Amino acid sequence: MTQPKYTVTTTPHIRSSNSIERTMYFVIISLTPAVVSGVVFFGLRALLMMVISIASAVFFEAAYQKLTGKAITVKDGSAVITGLLLALVLPSGLPLWMPVIGAFAAIVLVKQLFGGLGHNFLNPALAGRAILMAAYALPMTTAFIAPRGADAVAQATPLMRLYDGDFVPELNDFIAAFLGNISGSVGETSALALLVGGIFLLVMKVITWHIPVAFIGSVLVMGVIFGGVANGLALYHVLTGGLILGAFFMATDYPTSPVTAMGKIVFGIGCGVITMVIRLFGGFPEGVAYAILLMNLTVPLIDRYIRPQVLGRRRKRVEK
Amino acid sequence: MPIAAMKRGVHPPDKKETALTPIRYFFPKNGAEMVYPMVQHIGAPCLPLVKIGDYVEVGQKIGDCDAMMSSPVHATVSGEVKDIREVITPTGRRCQAVVMENDGKYRDSTYCNVSIDYTQLSRNEILKHIRESGIVGMGGAGFPTHVKLNPPADKKIDTVIVNAAECEPYLTNDHRVMLEEPKRIMQGIDIILHLFPDARAIIAVEDNKRDAYELLSKMIESPRVSVMLMRTCYPQGAEKQIIQTCLNREVPSGGFPMDVGCIVQNVDTVIALHRAFHRGRPLMRKIMTIAGDAVNNPGNYKVRFGMSYRDIIEAIGGLKCEPYKIIIGGPMMGVSHYTFDIPVIKTSSAFLLFTEKESKVPPERACFRCGKCIEHCPVGLMPMELNKFAIAEHTDRFIEYHGLDCIECSCCSYICPAKRHLTQSITTTRRELLAKR
Repeated sequence: MTQPKYTVTTTPHIRSSNSIERTMYFVIISLTPAVVSGVVFFGLRALLMMVISIASAVFFEAAYQKLTGKAITVKDGSAVITGLLLALVLPSGLPLWMPVIGAFAAIVLVKQLFGGLGHNFLNPALAGRAILMAAYALPMTTAFIAPRGADAVAQATPLMRLYDGDFVPELNDFIAAFLGNISGSVGETSALALLVGGIFLLVMKVITWHIPVAFIGSVLVMGVIFGGVANGLALYHVLTGGLILGAFFMATDYPTSPVTAMGKIVFGIGCGVITMVIRLFGGFPEGVAYAILLMNLTVPLIDRYIRPQVLGRRRKRVEK
Repeated sequence: MPIAAMKRGVHPPDKKETALTPIRYFFPKNGAEMVYPMVQHIGAPCLPLVKIGDYVEVGQKIGDCDAMMSSPVHATVSGEVKDIREVITPTGRRCQAVVMENDGKYRDSTYCNVSIDYTQLSRNEILKHIRESGIVGMGGAGFPTHVKLNPPADKKIDTVIVNAAECEPYLTNDHRVMLEEPKRIMQGIDIILHLFPDARAIIAVEDNKRDAYELLSKMIESPRVSVMLMRTCYPQGAEKQIIQTCLNREVPSGGFPMDVGCIVQNVDTVIALHRAFHRGRPLMRKIMTIAGDAVNNPGNYKVRFGMSYRDIIEAIGGLKCEPYKIIIGGPMMGVSHYTFDIPVIKTSSAFLLFTEKESKVPPERACFRCGKCIEHCPVGLMPMELNKFAIAEHTDRFIEYHGLDCIECSCCSYICPAKRHLTQSITTTRRELLAKR
């Protein structure tokens, strides 16, 4: 009689149903309100931009992996997210071929060359946007169109108007910014849609509250310090630009954010402070993307020095 | 009253359906080979007290040694000693074992069945009787109970925690014991409290066993005993974790529960104490949850030590299909084995026979730094970093990140979306480093 063969492994003998795919698909689901808001306010052109961006991101990922003889992992959904996020942070009136360049930069230069999923140290979508910004500064800063317009009529974003200093937001400006009926990037205008998606991510435990709360909270605090409370400027800073999109969907990107709760808070505060320094004192009206990219670079340092409290080691070694 | 809850940890699906059926009992087959390894506890190995050809009775001591940190082994059947040879125990260790043939007569030794009034005994006499009864921690580690109940004089014990968390999935043996033998638990607790006149006892139960919680609450007679409900969470039944949940005290790294005035005893150990004094029985049996999709009659069974797992499966009605994995212990911390031909010992808890569907591990992928392992590590470690250090053999960094404090609970591997073998790498490196010390 031959002995049947039983599998022998170390513990644990069961695994949770959590997986990379599950995480990615939750992120995609959470972005659908933002996708809808983009189409509602910027029309089918916005949808086309998203499709082109996603398709090129997936294509570049598959092509790179094919050429380098690696396993093709586009099914895990991460390239879809990178492509989608890239489209969401691009000006709504950008020429339709530009997202292709951005997707190439994001997927090949930022993600795959450093080892693929989990090894990139910059947020791919934001890095793609930064590269487009450097290469095509004019369209990237002017191709913003008015929401719900029949034709693509150029319109400055609220932050540009604030930056130019001739604009004091009133109540209906706040409501427009909350709903998304303002000029801006494809998916960043509707605070409402983004909050719905962000709360979904929190409820599904894909992200924790630390980064969004620290990021948005520090923007609010900076806004109050430098703008006062009465005019509500701090709140307007929260509702406009890429802040909510950045705080919930970009800064929380796993590979490029700290792993500990305390580290996430430090990271979030850093993002918020840099964002406001750029917005209030810098050369650009908007600073979320650069703030996150800069803070991405500090992540290894944060993770090196901020570690969780180990049970039973609360007191420092005094005796001995 | 708000329910106490542990920090971090995970909550796998309970799979505790076996809690619904009463504990069943069976005798080893007549003529069956019974194997008694000389190491069934933490501490010095026992030496056989019998020779080949000796006739041995139930409850007779067949292995012992002089060391304090040890616990004797008793025969659980009557019959002749056939062999003394090296075997593999369920913990994967090799050691000497006394091998007997069950004659089916169950002739009790004279030592057995004499009830002892512990209130008439001195502290040392009580501890000596506990040692002679071969009682060790039944939670899985097998720490000799007479040592645990005898802390140094400078360690003042104010709380005895009776650990009935049973936080591992599938396991329901403690749950059934609480439902079926609550009176014995109370009597066992009285013995411990007799040893510690200044202490109180807390029976800590997770809230997936509310029926047991309510029953025990009704049974309490002494004002020094209470029952505490904890929110179900794994690994809440680990010693340091249950102390943290129940008392909000932190056992220092490298320290023991007694350092924070605590003693933790498993609920089945408490029953063993009851049996040793009230019924004069040494530790001879174990209540074992047998479960998994590959077995015909899952449930809880009283099993005598020394039986082989092959005989147990035969006795309870065989297998439904050939299992993919056989596990001695729970699914989170149990040891998987390649054979059924190993004996039941004091520290064997559950016996799980998993099909491929239940326990197939998906392929390992790259870490994408989601931080879930850190979020859930009950000790507060960074398993993803320790995994990197373990693979790269950066032992200095491994130690710097407190990898030696790992309790091997497997939460990190369980929760990891990339299915990385975090626990495996950390445990291996940790044990290698500890062995070198």
